[in-house]
Amino acid sequence: MKAPRFEYRAATSVAHATELLAEYDGDAKVLAGGQSLVPLLNFRLSNPAALVDINGLGELGGHRLGADELHVGAVCRHREIERDPQIAARCPAIADAVAQIGHVAIRNRGTVVGSIAHADPAAEWPGLAMLLDAQFTARAVQGERTIAAGAFFDGFLSTVLDPTEVITAVTFPLPPVASGSAWIEFARRHGDFALVGVGAVIECADESITSARIVVTGVSDTPVRVAAAERVLHGAQPGEALFAEAGRVVATQVDPISDIHGDATYRRRLAQVLTRRALAVAADRAA
Amino acid sequence: MRISMEVNGRGVEVDVEDRTSLADCLRDRLGLTGVHLGCEHGVCGACTVLLDGSSVRSCLLFAVQAAGHRVTTVEGLADGAGQGGLHPVQTAFMACHGLQCGFCTPGLVLTTCELLAEDPAPTAEEVRARLSGNLCRCTGYVKIFEAVDRAAELMRARSGTAAAPAGAAEDTR
Ligand SMILES: Cc1cc2nc3c(=O)[nH]c(=O)nc-3n(C[C@H](O)[C@H](O)[C@H](O)COP(=O)(O)OP(=O)(O)OC[C@H]3O[C@@H](n4cnc5c(N)ncnc54)[C@H](O)[C@@H]3O)c2cc1C
Ligand code: FES
Ligand code: FES
Repeated sequence: MKAPRFEYRAATSVAHATELLAEYDGDAKVLAGGQSLVPLLNFRLSNPAALVDINGLGELGGHRLGADELHVGAVCRHREIERDPQIAARCPAIADAVAQIGHVAIRNRGTVVGSIAHADPAAEWPGLAMLLDAQFTARAVQGERTIAAGAFFDGFLSTVLDPTEVITAVTFPLPPVASGSAWIEFARRHGDFALVGVGAVIECADESITSARIVVTGVSDTPVRVAAAERVLHGAQPGEALFAEAGRVVATQVDPISDIHGDATYRRRLAQVLTRRALAVAADRAA
Repeated sequence: MRISMEVNGRGVEVDVEDRTSLADCLRDRLGLTGVHLGCEHGVCGACTVLLDGSSVRSCLLFAVQAAGHRVTTVEGLADGAGQGGLHPVQTAFMACHGLQCGFCTPGLVLTTCELLAEDPAPTAEEVRARLSGNLCRCTGYVKIFEAVDRAAELMRARSGTAAAPAGAAEDTR
């Protein structure tokens, strides 16, 4: 189908974008890569009065990899992150995940921040944001605020962002260089949204785990961090048996729904197996 | 809104509604019906065009967003270098029977052009991953993969050296 009528407004600066969003008082949507928004328009599931296009804002482009954080502007595309070999070397979970988003043509347009704002519970970037405790910078005419990933996602395709706010950037704190990280997911077909995805970060010292993080996507209406499984790992010696145990704990903690793509039992089982695998890969990558 | 853009090497100006997709603009206003519309939500890849050399779904981009940019459709590929004046990727698809009904073909050809501009000698696995975003309901893909291998050979032979410039958008036309 075709998109319904809307007014196309190209923002000329971030301030202008916020003014436009205020002008339409909640009835305008930010247009970034359009890879989630335009399908919604074409299906007539969304019918905003206006689209505020931020693609022309050079100030929101690009990404910067610092010593301990990755800063990503609001019009930085998935593909730009995918093609930076330094990100893959510094935090492989990001590279693992981004390569599994849709297809190259989707990644050429779709943005990191757009994916976070869209908040699909099976999507990679919201999961990575939870895994790494990302911080989002949101701007409205009234001013700017910083929102932590843990407080951002509040339901299926739903966030605490006000419709008059635009996210200008996201910052991902990176785990220590000596840590290991991985993102593993399962989809029925190459490029599909994952049924379940698991991200893991592990740090070790003297043969034992000093810190571990686990995030699971596709099992709830937001990505979830599984603290109970992380506790199993703390202080323990890394190994297959331990990772299998953490997987079992994850299976007891998640409460997925059944849909045409897979039933709850299957998703829970996937979460268990993928947790074990992600932990093994992350531990292997830890120095 | 009146927009100007470069389509297949020529500057064009068209009047479009804000909500007109680039695909509809190319097909209905500019007569470039090689842009095929299958799903209109980004899944099938039939509408793939190159925007400044990078593959995009033209069903998910509004024509107004292409203003000031360079668009390449399958009609703009033939560069006289291959058989019958075709682009080597087109020649290879023809020679290897990489199509049956042809609905998916323009998208696959353009996706292949982008791939070979980035990597002149992709592995079989890379080719499969790259083309998985373009649905073909006829061929079963075997002949398409053969066509991509052949195209890579033809393009390498044409450029004379093994290496083509990385990400070379210019090289695909
Ligand atoms: C065939 C296909 C397969 C896909 N597969 C996957 C997949 O496997 N995994 C995955 O994660 N995604 C997938 N996607 C979605 C893709 O990753 C999108 O790029 C992403 O979800 C949204 O990013 P966008 O830049 O395209 O945002 P848009 O579509 O432009 O916007 C999405 C939403 O976010 C809002 N928004 C965007 N930017 C901002 C901002 N800066 N501030 C405030 N609000 C903003 C918009 O108003 C809109 O509501 C797929 C898409 C397609 C078409
Ligand atoms: S018509 Fe655009 S991807 Fe199917
Ligand atoms: S040849 Fe018919 S869809 Fe591919």
